[in-house]
Amino acid sequence: MSKSSDPPVVLLHRPASLNFMDELLTRNFQIVKTHTSSDPIPNSLSSQAALARGFVNIGLLPVTEELLSKLPSLQIIVLTSVGVDHIDLAACKRRGVVVTNAGDAFSEDVADTAVGLLISVLRRIPAADRYVRSGNWVDSGDFILGSKVSGKRVGIVGLGSIGSHVARRLEPFGCIISYHSRSQKPDTTFRYYPDILSLAAENEVLVLCCSLTDKTRHIVNREVMESLGKDGVIINVGRGGLIDEKEMVKCLVQGVIGGAGLDVFEKEPVVPEELIGLDNIVLSPHSAMATAGSLNNVGEVAFANLKAFFSNQPLISPVQLD
Amino acid sequence: MESIGVLMMCPMSSYLENELQNRFNLLRFWTAPEKSVFLETHRNSIRAVVGNASAGADAQLITDLPKLEIVSSFSVGLDKIDLAKCKEKGIRVTNTPDVLTEDVADLAIGLILALLRRLCECDRFVRSGKWKTGDFKLTTKFSGKSVGIIGLGRIGTAIAKRAEAFSCPINYYSRTVKPDVDYKYYPTVVELAKNSDILVVACPLTDETRHIVNGEVMDALGAKGVLINIGRGPHVDEQELVKALTEGRLGGAALDVFEQEPHVPQELFSLENVVLLPHVGSGTVETRNAMADLVVNNLEAHFSGKSLITPVV
Repeated sequence: MSKSSDPPVVLLHRPASLNFMDELLTRNFQIVKTHTSSDPIPNSLSSQAALARGFVNIGLLPVTEELLSKLPSLQIIVLTSVGVDHIDLAACKRRGVVVTNAGDAFSEDVADTAVGLLISVLRRIPAADRYVRSGNWVDSGDFILGSKVSGKRVGIVGLGSIGSHVARRLEPFGCIISYHSRSQKPDTTFRYYPDILSLAAENEVLVLCCSLTDKTRHIVNREVMESLGKDGVIINVGRGGLIDEKEMVKCLVQGVIGGAGLDVFEKEPVVPEELIGLDNIVLSPHSAMATAGSLNNVGEVAFANLKAFFSNQPLISPVQLD
Repeated sequence: MESIGVLMMCPMSSYLENELQNRFNLLRFWTAPEKSVFLETHRNSIRAVVGNASAGADAQLITDLPKLEIVSSFSVGLDKIDLAKCKEKGIRVTNTPDVLTEDVADLAIGLILALLRRLCECDRFVRSGKWKTGDFKLTTKFSGKSVGIIGLGRIGTAIAKRAEAFSCPINYYSRTVKPDVDYKYYPTVVELAKNSDILVVACPLTDETRHIVNGEVMDALGAKGVLINIGRGPHVDEQELVKALTEGRLGGAALDVFEQEPHVPQELFSLENVVLLPHVGSGTVETRNAMADLVVNNLEAHFSGKSLITPVV
């Protein structure tokens, strides 16, 4: 029997390499880990998991109705991701489980990566680095010219925390910023496009920073890419599912669009084979948020959410469940 | 102006060649089998030289061309032009200053991000299929890092402006304090390096700035510091750099320029904490065409008696 003064039981799921919250959590809560056997979750959950009132989900483990049914005491799910597309939010709502996400903890790092990918694609940085390392500069002479970053027209899809950081970073480059989102933001002077097709038609670069929902799945389809055009570039730091990947591969190979910088893919860690040989793209292994600084930030945010919940204080970064 | 002889030193832009050929008597120096015979033949018709950062007008060439009036360089840097000799002979010199600024500053920020966030290594990691066997390592945050800039001229200022949007505190070194900026000034490069996470070389190459980044500066920057060179190769003591990197005394380097281009020290090829570019700072399609236009416009201004657009001498 647990006494009311005992620290709450918290279930922890994490990839083997990400132990950055272990110590803090163990000091403050009774921690139950998901991985007690090699069986897949939820079958492998220990009996103690049934007592868990909190669930810290580090990484992108899907939270399904089935998993929730094994956690009858659960009251709060604390995520370390910004995106919540791996969580059955409707099921959480039905069961009265609240959900928190990473809030703004990653915004700067993801925005930095978006700008880094944008410059890398236009100026062909990884391809140029390969050119030098393979000895081609000596053997074949000057490298092919890249395209200018300053002054480009950049359309941002999703002007939330990350999108706003991207816009702010690109302004001193003289880039002309516009955006598409569900609704027009009252506190910005950037031009708003109510539909993504016209955003793509008016811009040379699209940066995807929105969350993945039923409404945004494949928001970038063939028509959008055709509208962006043969010199157009797509940067994706949102989720792989925002782009129709099959069509994107065709568009890149056929020259319908000019290039892409991709941190996320539809079936990670599987990346379409056809992309591997292309020089006009830059590929990144979903690491836009993965700096030491970000992990500290997200650890603090996650811990603060748990603390707040168990002391009846307002949550730091609650997720809307509808 | 069709009769005016314009000597182009080496191939630099086919767009520029076309523009020059449409207006002047264009002479392509690199096509001459015997340089001395070629100069002897055309010495009285050549009134302009078009050079760049690797081939300009040295004292000998200036002496060989008695009718030379102007050297219009397809570059910002003029280290291949004997400026003293030009001044003495009353030969005008122009460069292409502002057109390069944005591209070089853009690349500097791109190099910082590529280096700290390991974007080239990320790209290799995915292409080689290694992602399927595990996650990529953590990288280093850029936003908020202190950026030290050597040389706060046009390019240095453009880099500072961009880095400010990443919430980076800006430090700089230059010969004199700039009264109109509130960035922190350091009177020596060593002190600048000591107080910065990221050191960016953005000054012109002169006798005083050759090897301005030496072993002492690299040690001051330290094992967590990174060096970005978008200036000229000889700004950095390359041998010392290779040592500092391979011994782990310096955190990393992103280099667009080298001491003996196109030769890059082989020891750097296997390092993950470096980004190596083949001198592409001013290399965008848009900018090359703008530079070519400026070279042509300066020549046209000179030969029609108007004031030069971007004079140096």
